[in-house]
Amino acid sequence: MSNVLEIRWHGRGGQGAKTASLLLAEAAFDTGKYIQGFPEYGPERMGAPITAYNRISDKPITIHCNIYEPDYVVVVDETLLDVVDVTSGLKAHGAIIVNTEKTPEEMKEKLSTYNYSGRVYTVDAKKISMETLGRYFPNTPMLGAVVKVANVMDEKVFIESMDNSFKHKFASKPTVIAPNMEAVKRALVEVKGA
Amino acid sequence: MAIRDKLSGNEAVAVAMRQINPDVVAAFPITPSTEVPQYFSSYVADGLVDTEFVAVESEHSAMSACIGAQAAGGRAMTATSSAGLALMWEMLYIAASSRLPMVMSLVTRALSGPINIHNDHSDAMGCRDSGWIQLFGENNQEAYDNFIMALRVGEHKDVQLPVLNCYDGFITSHSVENMELLEDNLVKDFVGEYKPQHYMLNSKQQIAVGPLDLPPHYFEHKRLQAEAMRNAKNVILEVSAEFEKMTGRKYGLFEEYRMEDAEIAMVILGSTAGTAKYVIDELREKGVKAGLIKIRVFRPFPAEELAAALSHCKAIAIMDKADGFNAKGGALFNEIRSAMYDGDARPAIVNYIYGLGGRDVRTNDLEKVYDALAEIVATGVVGDPYRYVGVIDANDVAVQAEAAAARE
Repeated sequence: MSNVLEIRWHGRGGQGAKTASLLLAEAAFDTGKYIQGFPEYGPERMGAPITAYNRISDKPITIHCNIYEPDYVVVVDETLLDVVDVTSGLKAHGAIIVNTEKTPEEMKEKLSTYNYSGRVYTVDAKKISMETLGRYFPNTPMLGAVVKVANVMDEKVFIESMDNSFKHKFASKPTVIAPNMEAVKRALVEVKGA
Repeated sequence: MAIRDKLSGNEAVAVAMRQINPDVVAAFPITPSTEVPQYFSSYVADGLVDTEFVAVESEHSAMSACIGAQAAGGRAMTATSSAGLALMWEMLYIAASSRLPMVMSLVTRALSGPINIHNDHSDAMGCRDSGWIQLFGENNQEAYDNFIMALRVGEHKDVQLPVLNCYDGFITSHSVENMELLEDNLVKDFVGEYKPQHYMLNSKQQIAVGPLDLPPHYFEHKRLQAEAMRNAKNVILEVSAEFEKMTGRKYGLFEEYRMEDAEIAMVILGSTAGTAKYVIDELREKGVKAGLIKIRVFRPFPAEELAAALSHCKAIAIMDKADGFNAKGGALFNEIRSAMYDGDARPAIVNYIYGLGGRDVRTNDLEKVYDALAEIVATGVVGDPYRYVGVIDANDVAVQAEAAAARE
């Protein structure tokens, strides 16, 4: 799918990977793109591995199957690296973004066990989440990280879009809007790669 | 001016229901249709509609409540999936034979067992001869558009039949994508006010609905019901033409994609048609004359029109997302092959069962089908027409080797 940006999210039930994929779709939609955001539902329980997907394109998207050869992979939960081959089908020019306190170099070595030698980015979404929200919600920092790495859209437009989304999503608890925005912005800066 | 938006299929349908503001919605939750009444109940709670929302204790009761409301003279709606539809079974026939033009979204899902929450068309195929009009949508836009048109079709005086708005569970219902909504007033004007000719709350002309109908009249009533289904075809085309004038979006009995010179073609219902379009575009770049027919109107079945549209093809694959269990293939396959009998053309026709229980339908699955059709054209050999694609074959050497490796 040469003209379509394809992103695959790996997370565990309850961490918000599905929500993150939908928020990314909304943000890209706001820039005038055609988008898809959809989860792959398995057993719907907390902690089970889940996958979610994004397609983003300048043209209408008709394809309706899962993504097997993504341009980017986002790993919301580091423990999945021992359970799932998250690099499966990942395109050579693409990149993987992992939520971890490890360095990109350390992560690159770990992923070499899957014969993956492409670009690796890391962001400590746990640290960011705990310091901004005081609770562990890794999805919003990961959203910031993928926008930065995959260059999905202009950062300023992205931040405005996220602000609108959070105002809508958290209308009943507005005190969490600013910390979520802080988490997104920090990830844009703190994500690092090799 | 259309409203550009991004919604899931379920939310899009719930928005259509809000715009229509029906008299009664009675529903019982079942995955993946649950969000439809869930979203709609929030519109009721927020006062955006003045619908009577009836939270019933089963799907049998949901359909019964819709039947009562529609017979009384109101507009009734609901949504369901899979086992929920199966539990409505008795009442589906009563809604249709009582000529009650309600609209139900069927968010298609596999039937148990084994229990499975994912998409296929076994629920929709199970009720295909219950007397409901059946429309199938490929994506969120079509689920929304078909829902709005469904009211006008069902309520038409020559039809008066209930309509199922079918779209694929999860693939369409839970996927967020771009679409265009209509302004509330346009939808309201398009569907108009429901003015039934006969209804139970009409004190000036009292009627009975659903009484005992013995041999002197039952047969005639059934024949009239069948006549109404035949009438529906033209009404669907009229309503679709009017809808096109308003929106620019063209709907027919089915959509033909790159069929003008197609030598090999697929016939599909639902979301996989979109994936097939992508595959066709790639094949066309390689010079393969591949095409697609996506059926929108499954009941009434557009037999003559389909036969004409397929007559110039050399080989056709009919894609069934529900197995037939008749040992002779899926329902769509048998109906299309039957439709071709009256024509002079005799293209090779094969059947593929695909995507059962949510098995993802990949582009290479569909490429395999087109490859097989090209092979039939090249060799003239059809072989067994009752086939599967995307299923793991336990007799496959590679599969056995993998299983053996896993045991070690």
